[in-house]
Amino acid sequence: MGEVLVYVDHVDGAVRKPTLELLTLARRIGEPVAVHLGAGADTAAPVLAEHGATRVLAADASEFADYLVVPKVDALEQAVTSVNPVAVLVPSSAEGKEIAARLAVRIGSGIITDAIDLEAGTEGPVATQSVFAAAFTTKSHITKGTPVITVKPNSATPEAAPAAGTVEQFAVTFSEGATGTKVVARTPRESTGRPELTEAAMVVSGGRGVGAAENFNIIEALADSLGAAVGASRAAVDAGWYPHSNQVGQTGKQVSPQLYIASGISGAIQHRAGMQTSKTIVAINKDAEAPIFDLVDYGVVGDLFEVVPQLTEEIKVRKG
Amino acid sequence: MSLRIVVCVKYVPDATGDRHFAEDLTTDRDAVDGLLSELDEYAVEQALQISEAADDAEITVLTVGPEDAKDALRKALSMGADKAVHVEDDALHGTDILGTSLVLAKAIEHVGYDLVVCGMASTDGTAGVVPAILAERLSVPQVTLLSEVKVEDGTVTGRRDGDAASEQLQASLPAVVSVTDQSGEARYPSFKGIMAAKKKPVESLDLSDLGIEAAEVGLAGAWSAVDEANERPARTAGTIVKDEGEGGKQLAAFLAERKFI
Repeated sequence: MGEVLVYVDHVDGAVRKPTLELLTLARRIGEPVAVHLGAGADTAAPVLAEHGATRVLAADASEFADYLVVPKVDALEQAVTSVNPVAVLVPSSAEGKEIAARLAVRIGSGIITDAIDLEAGTEGPVATQSVFAAAFTTKSHITKGTPVITVKPNSATPEAAPAAGTVEQFAVTFSEGATGTKVVARTPRESTGRPELTEAAMVVSGGRGVGAAENFNIIEALADSLGAAVGASRAAVDAGWYPHSNQVGQTGKQVSPQLYIASGISGAIQHRAGMQTSKTIVAINKDAEAPIFDLVDYGVVGDLFEVVPQLTEEIKVRKG
Repeated sequence: MSLRIVVCVKYVPDATGDRHFAEDLTTDRDAVDGLLSELDEYAVEQALQISEAADDAEITVLTVGPEDAKDALRKALSMGADKAVHVEDDALHGTDILGTSLVLAKAIEHVGYDLVVCGMASTDGTAGVVPAILAERLSVPQVTLLSEVKVEDGTVTGRRDGDAASEQLQASLPAVVSVTDQSGEARYPSFKGIMAAKKKPVESLDLSDLGIEAAEVGLAGAWSAVDEANERPARTAGTIVKDEGEGGKQLAAFLAERKFI
């Protein structure tokens, strides 16, 4: 079996969960080799090794933080040249997709974005994608070059598979274009203490029916009783009731949690595109005709201001 | 000198329609009416605002697509773009991201540009990587996924709201920019705009005009292949109860039964 490069998404060496999912998927098609760019490789290496990375190729340079995307493409391209992998897997974040796409052009390879599953095939890895607002599922493979595939969060359950995870430092020669787009300021997103929306096992979302920004506290209270992330429909975000970073839908985040609770959300196509692949779907809406009820495993037709607080209380009681 | 802006737009099947695949597993363009991708309206809007703030600017709206794709160009022209370029060729049927970006890049160079403006993604393919690839192919800075954008003195600046942080970006022109749906509502075409659009020039180009071989694009030239496309099975009908005062508790019982509590 050949080696599979896995691009590590991390914050100062704290590896984000989608990378561990990628390592698990990578083992289906070859031996995972992690590529860690920026500070913290020594912190990340044991976690990457625990999940199957045989090697950790690490490079650190100020360019990675100071300039957009291109320095990371330069580094990944060099890693591809030295490893000659059978595939390159990148987490499907906004930045991950851009890095992967530019890499594909550079190395003369095809690209598949937003895979939700991956398996070995006779003509290389076969990627499953969910398309047309999740109305269809497709299976595709790359026909030219080294397959470059980006994979969405929650596409696999990370499995421990201890491997050596030997850290190998490499020096990156940056391209002329590496310093083209300068990051002049960076403001880290404030932590809410809740799980990351795209990575969460449970998501509680509020929509137009929530009615006002201050009413989102009942959505947050329900989320906190479950340890869930908070989402919002486009209508709620457009109204300014909740931040855009929490928007679930076609132009926001696409989530695929074990449990999705939609409160006061009608279920327009724009929203369905972002949550339709959730395993269990629950809705609370006062309109019995709302299209969201076509998707649900369990639905309550009623006033969310009655139902949601009662649900939150009952969860607290049951959890003791 | 005039600021030359090229806005890349896509003609897509209406996302609210019942979209399907054709027999060759390409997007079925007959099943659902097409229109200018909603996310590209934001690109046209920001190009117009940049143009209005500049002393002298010209906006060319560019698309690659079948005959009907002219509708998308007309919409952008009626919003206020100055002229349009339509790349149309039978050999383009089934072209993937890499092929499409190759055609766009050649057409952008053909038009001449200081600034390329794109939407954040198309509403059909939704990959969102064409702007980054265009920057790669054109060898110019990529300033993408902006919720705010400004062009001044040959420099483009903007705010990119990422997953972990909000970043302030800066690059020199020429550059490729993409804007999100947070960049500002797109204007509606005025009646005057619609009438004026009918007289604006639309240049038609084919692959030979751009020096591209048919084998580099199309379904056969694609860098990836779709092996199968299956309609997601309808979800089995769930239990729906009317709240008679115990709805929250009933829901909690369901969640407990499914082991979420």
